[in-house]
Formats: sequence, C-alpha cells, structure tokens
Amino acid sequence: MNRFKMWLVTALLAAAPMLANAEGIEGGTKQATNWSAISMFIGFVCLTLCITYWAARQTKSAAQFYSAGGGITGFQNGIAIAGDYMSAASFLGISGLVYMSGYDGLIYSVGFLVGWPVVTFLIAEPLRNLGKFTFADVASFRLGQTETRILAALGSLVTVAFYLIAQMVGAGKLIQILFGLDYWMAVVIVGILMIIYVTFGGMLATTWVQIIKAVLLLSGASFMAFAVLLHFGFSLEAMFSTAVQVHPKHLAIMSPGTLVSNPISAISLGLALIFGTAGLPHILMRFFTVSDAKAARKSVFVATGLIGYFYILTFIIGFGAITLVMTNPAFIDTATHAIKGGSNMAAIHLANAVGGNLFLGFISAVAFATILAVVSGLALAGASAISHDLFATVIRKGRVDEQAEMRVSKIATVCLGVLAIILGIVFENQNVAFMVGLAFCIAASCNFPVLLLSIYWRGLTTRGALIGGLLGLSSAVIMVILSPAVWEQTIGHAKGTAPFPYENPALFSMTIAFVGIWLFSKMDNSARAKIDRDGFDAQFVRCQTGIGATGASAH
Amino acid sequence: MAAQGYEAIQRNPKYQELVRTRSAFGWKLTIITLVIYLGFILLIGYEPKFLGIPMGSSVMTLGLPIGLFVIVSAFVLVGIYVRRANSTYDSLTRAIVEESR
Repeated sequence: MNRFKMWLVTALLAAAPMLANAEGIEGGTKQATNWSAISMFIGFVCLTLCITYWAARQTKSAAQFYSAGGGITGFQNGIAIAGDYMSAASFLGISGLVYMSGYDGLIYSVGFLVGWPVVTFLIAEPLRNLGKFTFADVASFRLGQTETRILAALGSLVTVAFYLIAQMVGAGKLIQILFGLDYWMAVVIVGILMIIYVTFGGMLATTWVQIIKAVLLLSGASFMAFAVLLHFGFSLEAMFSTAVQVHPKHLAIMSPGTLVSNPISAISLGLALIFGTAGLPHILMRFFTVSDAKAARKSVFVATGLIGYFYILTFIIGFGAITLVMTNPAFIDTATHAIKGGSNMAAIHLANAVGGNLFLGFISAVAFATILAVVSGLALAGASAISHDLFATVIRKGRVDEQAEMRVSKIATVCLGVLAIILGIVFENQNVAFMVGLAFCIAASCNFPVLLLSIYWRGLTTRGALIGGLLGLSSAVIMVILSPAVWEQTIGHAKGTAPFPYENPALFSMTIAFVGIWLFSKMDNSARAKIDRDGFDAQFVRCQTGIGATGASAH
Repeated sequence: MAAQGYEAIQRNPKYQELVRTRSAFGWKLTIITLVIYLGFILLIGYEPKFLGIPMGSSVMTLGLPIGLFVIVSAFVLVGIYVRRANSTYDSLTRAIVEESR
C-alpha cells in the first residue's frame, strides 16, 4: 500500500497551493470562495479515500477489480445504479429547466426514467447470466471474439468519451460558481481523484463512492422538497398558484411549452433515452457486481424507485425555486432580472433560501461529489473495455494472466484520467450540451442493438453485428454533427442551415443499425456464420437458467 | 457446466414453459411501457393543449397527474415483473437446474 500513500501525499501536496491561491484569482463568473462548501467537500473526499484504502486491500483479482467479485447485494447495487444515473446534470439541469419553463422539465425526466423497465424486462438477467465483466462478454458469447470485442469496445469508448467530456466541462463550470475555484482546478481535482478511486479501489471503491453520494444527494433533495412543501402547509395548490402568479410565463408553466415542438424530434429523443439507458457501458457493468440474476433484477427495481422519486423531488424543487428564489432579490440580478449564475443555479439558491449558508455548502459539495462519482464509473467502464476486451481478448487472445490484465486496466485508467483533464480544458468554452444526448444516441444505436440481438436472435452473425453496429455508430455521429446543436450552435453556421433538422437522430440511426444487422446477418453464408447460429441454443439455455454463469467469487 | 448438455434441458417441459411464459410476459410489459411513454410523448407533440386543461378551479392541470402516472407506472411495472419472477420463474429455474444434475 506504499504506492497508495505516495499518491495520496502527492495529491494533497498538489491541491494545497491551489486552495491557497484560490482567493487571489478572479474570473468572470467566479463567485467568492465558499469555504463551508469546500470543507464539506474535503470531508467527502477524506471519507471516500478511506473507503478506497479499504477497497484496495480487498481488490487482488481481476474479478474483484472489474465487478467487486460479485459481492455487492441487490439493494446496494440498486442505490449505486441510481447514483450512476443521478448526475449533477439531472439534479441541477432538470430543476433549472423546471424553474425556467415549468412542466417541460417533467417531460425530460420522464424520458430518462422509462429506460429502466426495458432494462429489467429484456437485459438485466440475461446480462448477469451470460457475462462476466463487460457487456462485450455477452455480445461476443457465441460470435467471433475479435470482431465483436473491437466493436463493443469502440461503442463503449466513444460513449464514455462524450459522456466524460460533458461531465468534466460541467464540473469546471459548476465549481467556478459553487466553490469560487478556477475552472482548470476543478477539472484537475476531478481527474486526479477519479484516477485514485478507480486504480486503487476498482469496482468496490467506485460502488461505495456511488452509494454514499446517492444517499447524500437523495437526503439533500428530500430535505429541500420537504422544506418547500412545509412552506406551503403541504398544499400543492398553494405552491402551484404562487408559482403561476410570480413566474413571467404565468399559466403556461403548467402545460407543455417549447421543449417539444416536433413529434418526430420528441420520439427520436425518447428512443435515445430509453434504449440508450440499456446500452450505457458503465450502467451495464453494474449488473456483474451482484451474485446472480435475482439480485440483478432486485437492483433495477430499487434503482427505478429511487430515480423516479428523485425526479419527482426535482420537480418540486424547481417549483419551489420559482416561488422562493424568483421572488427574493438576494438571488436575482437587479440589472437583468435573471437568476444569478444562470438557471442551473435554481436548486443551489433554493438550498440557501430554505437551509441557510451551511446547507448551501452541503448541496454544493454534494453536486461536486456527484460529478466525481459519475466520472469514476465512466472511467472504470472505459478502462475495462481497453484491458478486458481489447488487451486480454483481442491482442492476447485470452492468453494473459490476471495481474497483467489488471495492470493494463490501471494504466488505461490513468491515461483516461489524463485525457479527460486535457479534453475538459480544451472544451472549456465549447457548447457541450449535445454530448450527453450524443452518448445516449450512440449507446442506443450501436451497443443496444448488438446486445439485444445477440441475446434474442438466433440469426445474428459476427459479420452482421459488426457491419450493422458500425453503421449505427457512424450514422449517429454524422447525423449529430449535421444537426442544429452542432452545425449551428457549435460550428457556427447560420441558423436554419443544418442539413439534419432534428435534435436527436436515434429514430433514424437505430433503424439503420437494426436493418443493417438483420440484412448483413441474413446475407452471411460464411463458415463463421454457421458457428454463430449453431451456438445460439447453448447460449440461450444458459441465458434462461443461469447454469454455468459466473458466480460470486470467494473473498 | 451442468452434467447434462443443453439439449436435454431444452427437452425439459419445465424449461419450455419458463422460456415461453417469461418471454411473453417480458415483451408484453415492454410494449406496455413503450405505449404509455410514446403515448405521453405523442400527446405532447400533437395535443399539448390537452395536458394544459385545468382540473376544476385549480391551477393544476391534467398534465400533472398524467406525468406522475408515467413515472409511477415505470416503477409499478418493474415491481410486477420482479414479483412474478420471484414467485414463478425462480422456482421453475431451480427445478430445471436440479433436474439437469
């Protein structure tokens, strides 16, 4: 454990001068340094580093590193999945959206939730029965290892990259406002802590960081919603009618507004959210941390309940902010009549309004912790794709000892962490709002179709999966580049010139992927295709019964 | 792997029952989920005014209970599946695994 201590000391030494200098540097939108928030965040970091130290002592084998040895309970895993999913973007972004346009915020959160039933009914149990560490284990169960692993690793890494950039940029911007620290500092702190959690503690540490953060976030959000309801004597009517009176859009906040104007656009976004959830590598990986299919099922049930509850809270928090923040001159810029720090700050200001400065510090620290936990999960998923799929299976053809594979995984984590820091800094002034949508779209158009058909369709062949999956991936990326969010808002072409008119291409790219996989599988008469189809029955029996599935490893 | 090959398990009537009932139930619930959600989205896309109809003299609109229904339905559907799986599918699976030894 000497290496760990060395890392810890290095990290703290690196952080100390940054913190000391923080007050001296003044940025444009930066706020005064918030010491209560920073000290609570340091408390969170110390606690999670202790957990990482404990987890590092248990993480000796590859199974423990990738999947915590299958020793997480269904209930714990459910909280961790909810933690993976409740990002700072969904907490601050959705409550901010409710603050700005009321009902529209609810539409967005509903879309994020509905993927979970689909995961339960179609994916969770087969995944646990067939796989070991990554979803590529499942997709390549009876298919050609090399091709399928490359495809799955590509799908995972591209999804993780876009998701990661969005989180890093979000972290930097948030920390400027919340803690009064510089953008680059936030990005560097997030990157370094993420590397420490994942390389030393593996999945066990990542899971517990996720659980602690989920409990803190749910407690904080529950308290805020409770305080808002208490303010109105638990009368929803009183809360909504006050909101309608004070909001500049008045009654319009109680019905759908401008968020969804085009039905095709709405369906396309909906499909990306539903099926993207079932294709996110860091979420799929969570199903390998439990002992069996029954626990996998239970964990989605717990996660769906917590995520649904959380979205109801954000809706109340958003309306609470309309009534308590919009009316309070302390939170409103007198010159522009806009909320200080932008709409993402609605929940943060509300925390101040209902719980004072100390609670504001708590919520700020939780928001930062949230980003940290989500990027750790992403880094672990990306590193697993590199070490388990690309290095161990594609390059070494499975002839590799566990320690070497784990070493590659840790090196990959460090590289991903450094890359994330660099990308976070490069993309500081770019509009990255489209990136989470793109990550979901790629997951829905490449990872999900290949995974689903490999489980349920006898006719799937290696060639069909490879070509169809690549078509889905590339069409999703191309259509997003040609969509208004990138073509007009990021590249800067004139408004209305985007060749692809819809915000999210999932409806089209998913169709291309499924049709491509079906067509090229049907046309495939190779010897490999016969092996692929003949392997289906044995796979399906294991998928249904769990006979032969990887069990929980002994600690 | 179990002592018996997968061919023997495939011939087990209990296995056939498990596969038939579970896939039918899983796909049925998936379709219900998609119908509820896409119905909600289409309502927003084509009839947004419907969701803005006030409930009685309240400022609250029909959109609120409908949105809440979609959220709660996701949780309830997962609950229904888990309940059925715990009571029926798990015991069938255990029996199949026992018989394959």
